[in-house]
Amino acid sequence: MIDKEKHEFLKTKANDIRREIVAMVHRANSGHVGGSLGAADIVTALYYHVMRHDPDKPEWDDRDRFILSKGHCTPVIYAALADCGYFPKEDLLEFRRPGSHLQGHPYQPKTPGIDASTGTLGIGISTGVGMALGAKLKKQEHYYYILCGDGEIQEGQVWEAAAFANKYKLNNVIGFVDRNYLQTDGYSEKVMPMDPLAPKWESFGWKVFTIDGHDFEDIISTIEKAKKEDRPVMIIANTTKGKGVSFMEGEAEWHGKPPAKEHFDKAMLELK
Amino acid sequence: MEYKATKQGYADALRELGRENENILVMDADVAKATLTEQFEAEFPDRFFNCGVQEQNMLSAAAGLALEGFIPFASTFGVFATCRAGDQMRSSIAYPKLNVKIGVTHCGISVGGDGASHQSNEDIGMARTLPNMTVIVPGDYEESRLATHAAAKMKGPVYLRFGRDKYPVVSEIHGSFEIGKAKTIREGSDLTIITTGILVNEGLLAAAVLSEQGYSVRVVHMHTIKPIDTDAILKAARETKGIVTAEEHSILGGLGEAVAAIVSENHPCPVQRVGVMDTFGESGQSQELLDIYGLRAPNIVEKALKILR
Repeated sequence: MIDKEKHEFLKTKANDIRREIVAMVHRANSGHVGGSLGAADIVTALYYHVMRHDPDKPEWDDRDRFILSKGHCTPVIYAALADCGYFPKEDLLEFRRPGSHLQGHPYQPKTPGIDASTGTLGIGISTGVGMALGAKLKKQEHYYYILCGDGEIQEGQVWEAAAFANKYKLNNVIGFVDRNYLQTDGYSEKVMPMDPLAPKWESFGWKVFTIDGHDFEDIISTIEKAKKEDRPVMIIANTTKGKGVSFMEGEAEWHGKPPAKEHFDKAMLELK
Repeated sequence: MEYKATKQGYADALRELGRENENILVMDADVAKATLTEQFEAEFPDRFFNCGVQEQNMLSAAAGLALEGFIPFASTFGVFATCRAGDQMRSSIAYPKLNVKIGVTHCGISVGGDGASHQSNEDIGMARTLPNMTVIVPGDYEESRLATHAAAKMKGPVYLRFGRDKYPVVSEIHGSFEIGKAKTIREGSDLTIITTGILVNEGLLAAAVLSEQGYSVRVVHMHTIKPIDTDAILKAARETKGIVTAEEHSILGGLGEAVAAIVSENHPCPVQRVGVMDTFGESGQSQELLDIYGLRAPNIVEKALKILR
């Protein structure tokens, strides 16, 4: 449960993050705006309420980890990390530029706060379950939040990781499928159908919750429930790609198209 | 001549390392009986993780364990680590430069009966083109044991390549082991044979044959393909008339091309390559395949005479 004040705070933060996302991709004239906007509420809930983390100690061993398995959505995580204070906000100006630590896809050795390198789809969730196994060996109690794309889960490796997490009873893994039904080439169920999705994860031994990925109360209360499970949890978060910018919402073309000046101005007006 | 499996050197070293350091973990992908990592499992069941038939997840999960401070040795057959899980080697391990050791067995044509699908003749080429990756191809049982210890000591990704069969024990390469430092195991001034992996013995045999014909032949054993010992190669290029390379790997992408590139850019001299020609292998007995695919001392001698005559 979150109070009204907290709810307003998270709403404001998510809006700030959405503004940064649009600005970052516009400036770089490159990057993934749609999926980043769609995941902004989940990432906001995690970094501003759920996760135990300390921007002054990005290497703190007992912190909760976040793995952006849908690695192309760096704008959303970079915006959150910069706002939390992991690195200066000015660094965002250098997103996708040579010499910048803010690569197109997350690179753990260079960016403070990035817990795992990802980029080719499917490797993030595998790395995450490996890390979670490591924490179990060290008898640590923090959590691994892994955000997967719903196009990404078409990768066979995702299901290898699903089996692995079940085998080792990794109840410190809380995953999300960002279920917006859109991928690069269009409607996901046309490109490669994955529905019914919940039974797939359940049959791999995971506990599944289905939520509204834009409802902070739903996100946060479900994570609380997930923490009580004795097995890995996958939260299927129904989201709208491009959420918050009317002309981007539900439009596959904004998966990887940077907004030009005209679209940037229009988006920023909506995200005031 | 005594024969011993290189993969047994790997398995023995893993157990020795396991006793010294509790951060050593071993992973396998349903071939623990074949890679011999089951011997580690028997002694350290809690530090052994059988991932089932999923090489891709195994390598990425190994990256995750390295991020948590462990030293995972992920084991499978060479062809599965590089060709099946090449992206995971590249993106999960090499790119972030994580402390994962990829210990692979069943490399080269001498896999034998399983045939081309399992004969990894491309893996050195794939591994050495990855930035940050150290590539080690030991020559016999003892060197495999030493190489595994050295890999555990260094920080960063290492590709360790072993065979399936038993191969000759070559005492000349025993003693010390330093990653990136070739071993000159026979001196000579007319020609240099540079070997890697199990062809070290064939290199020595070839040098002996050539010696009977009146040639003075140096043998340099290049156990580390990356970082390669450029000094040893250029010394050979300067001091002898030419170089013959010998590897149980495709002539494309492996030791031969690495040596030829260094020589041609710095001190051009004739280089002849012995290896598997640009072809897939086939089923057969391990030792007969080495004959059929031209990976024996007479093949090295033949190439050497092209330079010497």
